[in-house]
Amino acid sequence: MSKQPTRLTVNGKAHARVVESRLTLADFLRHELGLTGTHLGCEHGVCGACTVLLDGRSARSCLMFAVQANGCEVTTVEGLTPDDGLSVLQQAFVDNHGLQCGFCTPGMLITLTELLRENPAPSEDEVREALTGNLCRCTGYAGIVKAALDAAERLRNGRGS
Amino acid sequence: MGAKHFGARVTRLEDPALLSGRGRFVDDVKLPGVLHACFVRSPYAHARLLGIDAKPALAMNGVHAVVIANDLPDPMRNQAMPLLLPNPSISALCTQHVLAREEVYYVGQAVAVVIADSRYIAEDAAAAVAVHYDMLPAVGDCRDAVAEGAARAHAALGSNVLSMFQLAYGDVDAAFANAAHVFEEEIWQHRGGGMALETRAVLASHDAATDLLTVWSGTQTPHIGRRMMADLLGRELESIRVIAPDVGGGFGPKAIFYPEEAVIPALALKLGRPVKWIEDRREHFLCATQERDQYWDVAIAVDAEAKILGLRGRMLHDTGAFAPWGIIMPYIAAATVPGPYVIPAYRLDTMVALTNKVPTTPVRGAGRPQAVFAMERLLDRVARELQLDRGEVRRRNFIQPEQMPYEVGLIFRDGKPLVYDSGDYPRGQDRALADADYQGFRARQRAALDEGRFIGIGIGNYVEGTGLGPFEGVTVRVLPSGKVAVATGATNQGQGTRTTLSQIVAEQVGCRFEDIVMTLGDTGAIAQGVGAFASRQAVNAGCSALVAGQSVRAQLIALAARVLGVKESDVDLDNGQAIAQTGNKPVIGFGELARLAQGIPGVSLPAGQPAGLEHTAYFTPSQAAYCSGTHVAEVEVDAMTGGVKILRYTVAHDAGRVVNPLIVDGQVQGGVAHGIGNALLEWMQYDENAQPLTTSFADYLIPMATDVPTCAIAHVETVNPMNPLGVKGAGEGGTIPAPAAIIAAIEDALSPFDVHFAETPLTPERIVAALRVAGAYEKFFAA
Ligand code: FES
Ligand code: FES
Repeated sequence: MSKQPTRLTVNGKAHARVVESRLTLADFLRHELGLTGTHLGCEHGVCGACTVLLDGRSARSCLMFAVQANGCEVTTVEGLTPDDGLSVLQQAFVDNHGLQCGFCTPGMLITLTELLRENPAPSEDEVREALTGNLCRCTGYAGIVKAALDAAERLRNGRGS
Repeated sequence: MGAKHFGARVTRLEDPALLSGRGRFVDDVKLPGVLHACFVRSPYAHARLLGIDAKPALAMNGVHAVVIANDLPDPMRNQAMPLLLPNPSISALCTQHVLAREEVYYVGQAVAVVIADSRYIAEDAAAAVAVHYDMLPAVGDCRDAVAEGAARAHAALGSNVLSMFQLAYGDVDAAFANAAHVFEEEIWQHRGGGMALETRAVLASHDAATDLLTVWSGTQTPHIGRRMMADLLGRELESIRVIAPDVGGGFGPKAIFYPEEAVIPALALKLGRPVKWIEDRREHFLCATQERDQYWDVAIAVDAEAKILGLRGRMLHDTGAFAPWGIIMPYIAAATVPGPYVIPAYRLDTMVALTNKVPTTPVRGAGRPQAVFAMERLLDRVARELQLDRGEVRRRNFIQPEQMPYEVGLIFRDGKPLVYDSGDYPRGQDRALADADYQGFRARQRAALDEGRFIGIGIGNYVEGTGLGPFEGVTVRVLPSGKVAVATGATNQGQGTRTTLSQIVAEQVGCRFEDIVMTLGDTGAIAQGVGAFASRQAVNAGCSALVAGQSVRAQLIALAARVLGVKESDVDLDNGQAIAQTGNKPVIGFGELARLAQGIPGVSLPAGQPAGLEHTAYFTPSQAAYCSGTHVAEVEVDAMTGGVKILRYTVAHDAGRVVNPLIVDGQVQGGVAHGIGNALLEWMQYDENAQPLTTSFADYLIPMATDVPTCAIAHVETVNPMNPLGVKGAGEGGTIPAPAAIIAAIEDALSPFDVHFAETPLTPERIVAALRVAGAYEKFFAA
C-alpha cells in the first residue's frame, strides 16, 4: 500500500506522519492520534457524527483521506473543550438535555460551532436547517435545538455559562 | 435527609465526559497488539454452502487467520445459538450457528471471518475469500411464505410457519352476531430497524495469567451475553467478564446476543491476542435484527352508541430467517390490542412466518406500535362511519380509573394475567386534547382550507406493559473515602441510568449526588444482571437502588448512633455525614464509618453489626407495570407532493412517579422521533428474492432535525401501587402511538378527498397514489 508523508495541525498541535494513502481522516484522528471523540456512525457521509472543522469549515472526516488534509488545520471536539470544564455551547447541552447516548454529540457541537460563528442569532428554523447534516437517533432533536438557541443567547450576552 | 433528588429536574452526570470527547465506546478502547476482524457474509438470501477457499486471503500480507465454522471451538462449532425465550408454540428450533455450516438463510449471514493487522487489510482479505454457493429459492414476503406451495426458507423444514397461537377471551362470535355495526380493516405496518447511531462492536482479550476472558460489547445485556458466551465457548461464567462501556444507543436490537459476540472471543482465545470487530453501517442494515412486517385483518363490533362489543381477527408476523427471541414480539402485539378500552370479547389468531431475511426482534415498542395502530385505526373508522368525534368514541370506551386494577382477560408475556395496576385514561386524553387545543382545531382547519392548505389532527392512545422482570440488582457500598459505590446490572445506552439511580441512592443514603461512584454494564461489578429492554430499568433497578439505599442508610444510622453514643432516632444523614441531633451535634463522616465497619483484624464485630456498610438488593417485580398515554398529532399535507409536515405534537404520558422529568421528557421526545420515522420514512425494503434494497442512510431515511417538532409533554401521573417507587417505564411510550396519531392526522387533512390509509410507512408516493386513485387531482385542482 502506498504511503505518503502528511503534515497537519490538529487542535493547535502540529503532527507529521507517514500514512497510508487510503487512511481516512477519521481513522487517522481516532486511531493514529487517539482523538476518539470524533465518531463514525455511517462512514458514507450522511450521519455527520464524524464532522470536524477543516480550516474552520465543517467537513465529514469519514469522506476524506488523511493525506487530503495535508497542510490543513483540523479542530475536533477535543479542541472545542476548554481545559477547565465546558464551553458555553457544551454547558448549554448539559442544561437543555441536548444529548442522550452522546454518540452524535461531537458532530453536533462542531456543526453548531460553525453555525454560531457565522450566525450569532439564528432562528429555530435556521438551527434545524443547519442540523440536517447531523442525525441523532436518541433525542428527537428538541434538546439540541434548545441548547443551540440558549448558547447563542448566552454568547450574545457575553455571559459565558 | 439530604437534598431532594427524587423527582427533580437534575442535569445528567453522564454529560460532561460525552460532551468533551471523553466518552468511551468500544472502538475507543485501545489494547496493545489488537487484531482486527472482518466477516465474510452471504450475498444470497438462501443458498447451499458448497465450499470456502481461504488460500488467496491467507496469502495476503498482514492476514493472520481465516476462520470458518469447522475451525471454531466446541461447542459452538456444532451447536446452534441458545434460544433465549422458549415458547411451546414454536414448531422448530430456530436460532442460527455463529458461522454458517451447510446453508445460508439471509443476506449478510456470516460464513467466515478474517483476522488481520488492520481493519483495512481485513476487508481486502475478506473480499478475496472465495465462497461457493448453490442458490436456493428464497422467500421474500411473509404472505408468500405461508401460501400454498411456497418455497421453504429452511430446506430442512416442512413449513415456513414457525408458530400459530391464539389470544382470546369472552364470546367474540356472539358479540359480532349481536352488533349494530361491524367494521373491518386490513392493516400493514412495517417497523424498520433500531438504527442506533453507534453500530455494534465487540473487542475481546484473554489474559493467560488469570485465564480471564474480557469482552467489551456495545450491548444492552452484558450479563445475558456472558451466559451465552459461557454456553458457546464451554467456559465457566466466572472466567468471563463482559463490559458494556458507553453505548451509542440501543433501542432493542442491541439486547440480542449475536454471532459476532461469540466468534470474536473465540478468536481472541485461539490467537492469544486481542481481537476487535466494529460493525459498519451496511452490515448493520444486513445483520442487526429489525422489526418488520405485520399484516392485520381485524374487525370491530360496536353497538349503536359506538361502544365496543368485540374485536377479532388475524395477524401475520414476519420473523425473518430465525427467531432468537422466540415469538415475544407478535405475542406482545396480540396482548397490547385491547389497550385502554373495555373490550368484552377478543380473539386474535397469530401466525409467525419464516422468511429469508435477517431475524426480527424487538425494536423500541416491540410489537406494541402495530397493535395500537390496528386498534386506533378501527376506532377512527367507527367514528367516521357513525359520524362521531374521534375523541368522543374513545371516551365512551375507556376503562375508568375506578375500575383499577383492571383485569383484561389475557396472559401477558411475563406469564402473568394482564392486570393494569393503575391509570387514568380519560384524564390523560382530556389533558392531551386540551394541550393540543383540539376544540379549536376545526376552526384552524377551515381557515387553512380557505388558503388551500390541508391540515389534519389525529389521536393515538396506548397502554404499555413495562418494567418486566425477572429482576435487576443494585449494590450500594460506602467507601473509606466517604464516597458511595453503586454497582448494577442495569445498562446505559443514553437513558441516563447513572443519573436516575444516583438520584435514588443519594436521597436514601444522604450523600452528595456527585459522590456516587457508579459501575454499570459490567459483569465484574455485580454477580447477576439482566439489562436494558422493555423500559424496565427505572422499575427494576430503581427499586433495587431504593431497597439497597434504605438498608445502607439503616446501617449507617445504627453504627453512627453507637459511635456517637446517641439514640438511632437522633441521627440524621446529610452530605456524607452522620449528625447527631442532640447536645452539641457531634458529627462523623461516612469515610470514618466505613473504616469502622471494616472492623479490626482478629476482633469480633459488636453483636448485630453487619460487615461493611453494604447491601445488594435484587428487586423482583410481581408483574409488568402498565404505563399509558395519549398523543395528538397535527399535520399539514402538501397534496401535490405528498409531503407531510408535523405542525404540532402533544403528549400526555403516565409513567407513574417521575424520578427525573428532564430525562423522562427526553425519552418521550426521542421516542416520538422514532415513531415519526416509522410513520413516514423508515422502510427496510427487499426485492422478491429477499435481497435488501435499502442499506445506507441515503436509502433508508431516519428523521432529521427538520422532521421532528418539539413536543408539548405533560405528565399525568398515577402512582404504580406494585412497586415502592411508584414508577412505570418510560422508554418506549413515545414511539408506540405515534404512527396511529400521525396517519390519522394525514387522513383527516385529506378528508376533502375521502382517502383512507391503513399502512406505515406512509411515504409521499403512497399519498399521491391514493389521491390519484381518489380522483383528487381532477376534482380539486383541475380548475
Ligand atoms: S460517519 Fe461520516 S457522515 Fe456518518
Ligand atoms: S444522543 Fe444518541 S444519537 Fe444523538
